[in-house]
Amino acid sequence: MTVLEDLAPPPKVDVEPRSASRREAWQRRLPLLPALIYTIVVTQIPFLVTLWYSFQNYFFDVPAPARWTGLSNYKTVFTNAAFRGALVRSVVMTTTAVIVAMILGVAFALLLDRKFLGRSVVRTLIITPFLVMPAAAALIWAGPMLDPNFGLLNYLLQPFGVHHVAWLSTHALGSVIVVMIWQWTPFMTLIVLAGLQSQPTDALEAAKVDGAGALATFRELTLPHLRPYIELGILLGSIYLVNVFDAVRLMTNGGPGTDTTNLPFYLYQQVNNAFDIGGAAAAGVVTVILTIIVATFALRMFARVFQFEESS
Amino acid sequence: MSAVAARTRMPGPQRFRAMANTVGWGIVAWVVGIAFFLPVLWMVITAFKPESAAETWPPKFTFSPTLAQFRLVFSGWGPYVIHSLIATTVSTLLVLLLGIPAAYALSVHPVKHWRDGLFFFISTKMLPIVAVIGPLYVIALHIHLLDSIWLLILLYTAMNLPLAIWMVRSFMLEVPNEMLEAARLDGAGRIREMTEVIMPVISPGLVSTALICVIFAWNELFLALNLSVTNAATLPMFLISSVPQEGLYIAHLSAAATVASVPVILVGWIAQRSLVRGLSMGAIK
Repeated sequence: MTVLEDLAPPPKVDVEPRSASRREAWQRRLPLLPALIYTIVVTQIPFLVTLWYSFQNYFFDVPAPARWTGLSNYKTVFTNAAFRGALVRSVVMTTTAVIVAMILGVAFALLLDRKFLGRSVVRTLIITPFLVMPAAAALIWAGPMLDPNFGLLNYLLQPFGVHHVAWLSTHALGSVIVVMIWQWTPFMTLIVLAGLQSQPTDALEAAKVDGAGALATFRELTLPHLRPYIELGILLGSIYLVNVFDAVRLMTNGGPGTDTTNLPFYLYQQVNNAFDIGGAAAAGVVTVILTIIVATFALRMFARVFQFEESS
Repeated sequence: MSAVAARTRMPGPQRFRAMANTVGWGIVAWVVGIAFFLPVLWMVITAFKPESAAETWPPKFTFSPTLAQFRLVFSGWGPYVIHSLIATTVSTLLVLLLGIPAAYALSVHPVKHWRDGLFFFISTKMLPIVAVIGPLYVIALHIHLLDSIWLLILLYTAMNLPLAIWMVRSFMLEVPNEMLEAARLDGAGRIREMTEVIMPVISPGLVSTALICVIFAWNELFLALNLSVTNAATLPMFLISSVPQEGLYIAHLSAAATVASVPVILVGWIAQRSLVRGLSMGAIK
């Protein structure tokens, strides 16, 4: 893979002569093997089995054994509006949450980069949502925060003319996305803050001496410096957020209707409600193929970001 | 005061403006911080309410606090917390056991295709586990690991291993070369190099790696919910069970959510510094 050539070599590569013995090669390989074999067995075998089941007609609730059906499961996946809907919703949820969380993250990081009284306390407060168990966060938002009859949010929004809004039925998708943003903004904040604090101060001071305004300095100096950090945050955030399940399952159960059914929840339903192993497997294979396409770009980005980090 | 003013040589009004600026932005930061923390605070407050005070309009801010909800939680969470503790600690130990040698083989004495190795591990994190959940269920059934804590341990280990390898590797790359060479001149083999030079230097890094693994394993719900019923039901599942079909439950739920979240929140607060490094898999120092 040419992508990988971009990654900077580790600083401590021993320069071994070409005649390095096979023994040496094995000595190097040996410590890697347990982890490598483990990961291959645990993560790749299920994918092979999934591939196999995607060509089978296999319902878990009927005693009949799995039966070869060729491409019929795939035909169902591609003609199924529910799958397409879940796919679109996954994309919408992930991109909205990642982008908003990143914008808030940059803003919060800029706030936290200034000196003020109690800065470390405020930083601690801001990172806490990330540490709350996602299942707990979903249930707390669904109940004490968003309940139409006694929720805190309706109470706080009362002065703005909001009265007993049933957020989870009228703004279900928005509510789920808000919780995703609430949990992942701290992550973005921390990564961007690390970027801000690694910015060389002399360039900033030179800009100040030259009379550059705060906005111009931010756009011309800070933002380009932050770019790899922002990319890394978006990349890692997307990896986790595309798999969001807890908030959907516990806040809206995919509803109302299928309004909040994303891919993870759709696949969960296929297995747990429809018992359709073959159909879920085919949908899974399509999901994996789509992920590989996205991940190829992501890995390229990864290589670039890490190269930046290791060479600086 | 005058000494500071003399040193900075700022004219009076300008100094005042700078100070007002600092205070102003400080207040904005505090408001944002508190607003962001509010749901957590509300969860903890609600946990101390009697059930009758938790579901009122307007919401009650003054009430006589009670520990009744916590007592209820502690009487019911036994098996769940034990499963969570086992799954979290054993999987984290396994991750370190497999991950440290692997990180070594990808950094200090790298194998020939170390880049491919690194990217293979990270690519497994990008493949969505949800895609294989059905077949995973069937496999688990066939190898008699359904509803077993061992299945969760195996999967959590695979889930955290790539993260740990990238992270530990980044710590190993920081071990000064001179130390390694000195040890080699002393005639230290690979084992001694590892135990006497590398491990002591990277041990703080190992602690933060372990913390990250603990956080992700402790909070995991999707796999636990799909692959276990009672024998391996973990704390996130306990939370779900604390939401009944009918009746008042908000205070009880809040207490359960507080108890389940507090360990990770405390760990995260203590390890704030290493959190960034862990979450960026070692990319950001």
